[in-house]
Amino acid sequence: MGYAVSLEKFQTVFDSWRKKYDVYAPKVFEGTGRFSETDVVRYGKVTDLADIDWNDRSEYSFKDILLPLSQTLLYFTEHGMTESEGPTRGTIVFLRSCDLHAVKRLDYMFLENGPEDSYYKRVRDGLKFVLMGCDHDFDGCFCVSMGTNVSTDYDAAVNVRSGGFEIDCKDPELAQAFLDMGAAEADVTPDAVMENSLTVKVPENLTSAVAKSSIWDEYDKRCIKCGRCTVACPTCTCWSMQDLFYTENGQAGERRRVQASCMIDGYTEVAGGLCFRKKAGERMRFKVLHKVLDFKKRSGFQMCVGCGRCDAICPEYISFTHCVEKLEAGMKEVSGHE
Amino acid sequence: MIDMNCGKLKKNAFRVTKNRGVTSARVRVPGGHLRADVLGKVQEIAETYGSGEVHLTIRQGFEILGIPFEKVDEVNKALQPIIEELGINQSEKGRGYDSSGTRNIMACVGNRICPFANYDTTALAERIEKAIFPNDLHVKVALTGCPNDCGKVRMHDFGIIGMTEPQFDPTRCISCGACVKKCKQLSVEALKMDKNRPVRNVEKCIGCGVCAHACPTRAWTRSKTQYFRMTLLGRSGKKNPRMGIDFIKWADADSVVKIISNVYAYAQKYIDPEAPGGKEHIGYIVDRTGTEEFLRWIMKDVNLPPKAEIYKPLYWDGIRYSGLK
Repeated sequence: MGYAVSLEKFQTVFDSWRKKYDVYAPKVFEGTGRFSETDVVRYGKVTDLADIDWNDRSEYSFKDILLPLSQTLLYFTEHGMTESEGPTRGTIVFLRSCDLHAVKRLDYMFLENGPEDSYYKRVRDGLKFVLMGCDHDFDGCFCVSMGTNVSTDYDAAVNVRSGGFEIDCKDPELAQAFLDMGAAEADVTPDAVMENSLTVKVPENLTSAVAKSSIWDEYDKRCIKCGRCTVACPTCTCWSMQDLFYTENGQAGERRRVQASCMIDGYTEVAGGLCFRKKAGERMRFKVLHKVLDFKKRSGFQMCVGCGRCDAICPEYISFTHCVEKLEAGMKEVSGHE
Repeated sequence: MIDMNCGKLKKNAFRVTKNRGVTSARVRVPGGHLRADVLGKVQEIAETYGSGEVHLTIRQGFEILGIPFEKVDEVNKALQPIIEELGINQSEKGRGYDSSGTRNIMACVGNRICPFANYDTTALAERIEKAIFPNDLHVKVALTGCPNDCGKVRMHDFGIIGMTEPQFDPTRCISCGACVKKCKQLSVEALKMDKNRPVRNVEKCIGCGVCAHACPTRAWTRSKTQYFRMTLLGRSGKKNPRMGIDFIKWADADSVVKIISNVYAYAQKYIDPEAPGGKEHIGYIVDRTGTEEFLRWIMKDVNLPPKAEIYKPLYWDGIRYSGLK
């Protein structure tokens, strides 16, 4: 059911949601940007509707709500272990269509691809999604190319309008607040971008043979292996395990999982010090082909959702989309050799 | 024959040049930052009254060359829009600069542009300029955004170096090690990895902000409060050129401005009455009075924040040309 409400009324709805749910949304974190006196827009807990940043694409995605950057899984002693506690309240996440499509990727990875990940599931089960309608795209968005520009499987969707909000509320529990206040009903279709200024085409004939092409070489020197692209990406989910020992005897401590990145040193390091992908170009190749080739082979759909965050955050101005565009030439190059 | 009061001419920010009867006009640009239209005005003055040549001065100003003495009054009138646009204190409009002893406040480009700078050097330079100019005493102040010291502030009486106190959020750390690596490569190796987390050696840290710049996750960020390192009494010159030494770290902007403003009363009291042109480097005055007396004057009514630390003892070395004590 759709509703059209004023800011004040939506604030009332928001407040009633908050009684039962923690709400996470893109938010401006003042003064914590990479450069002095600059802000960063990332996900954080919001306690007021005014805290939500509707004007930007967040620099980092929503994914750390489901997969914290650093998460304690369990505490151990010499005699046993105790799992960390999961959330005691439900969580509402405000996110855009590309990110809601990213949730589908995460669900596939953590719930459908082999045994369920219980630490993921215990958060995921309590999540509700509020779609933030996009009435325009941002610089470098290519959701239309990746087929993620329209979402329908939301619990609620919000369009920002002058003087108020339009909300399509599918979830009966979230809708109750609108019913309670007798909100005016309206036909609401979530705003969606139907055309991006950037289009990205993954070549139909793409195979792993492109790994041998020379298109990756330039990144050896350009890329600084900082991993920002993967940290910002809503579908990069790699992690490492860390055991932290509280005591000298190593018999009490905690086990954490911490986000890892195929772009950062150490990712392919194995016992004995061997490292499989040393060069930045090799890491770029692995990442790009995972996003637009390997994952799809297994799941049947593309991993990349076209949010454009990797391009926006790269301090060296390396463009993932530009690299994808080069794949066609790369394929030509390697098929010429055959 | 020309009759020219050279002392007055110099205080009015004109140079007595080697060419008889020819002067040049010195235009100060606080913080080295200006709107491009000022360049047009400089050009116009150079082409109308001077030789058409301009020298970019070491202190981020313009020296408009080849101006005949008789054009000084006209040049002062022509300088008025520049003086106003750059916000220079002035007692009488149309009469040019009130003095030239206290030099233009220099600054690196700062955080409006530079990714590493820890504060807006331009804004603080303008604030200090307002506080101390015009003044006949010879004082040099320079600002730089971070301990890279691109502004070479240690060659000045007062050097201001931007600092930040790194803030660490362990929940956002992914143990990538970028901060530790960059601190080692670019700075003072104040970070080390312990149990998969960077640990900051507070004593070693110089607040450069390299960790916050390197961190890919925003685990390291800059403090909301901006801090400053002040360096003291660097100088060039023929007697005993030397680098400025550390004076205070983790100072605040108000204290910085107050300390610099305080130096004038000290210098007025103790300056060598025989000093040529009434100008003497502050450092030589301090060499006579001793550091304690100097500190007593410049620290008057200064309320440093609790975090601030004053270096002790203060000791300068530098180049000593042979035969000079």
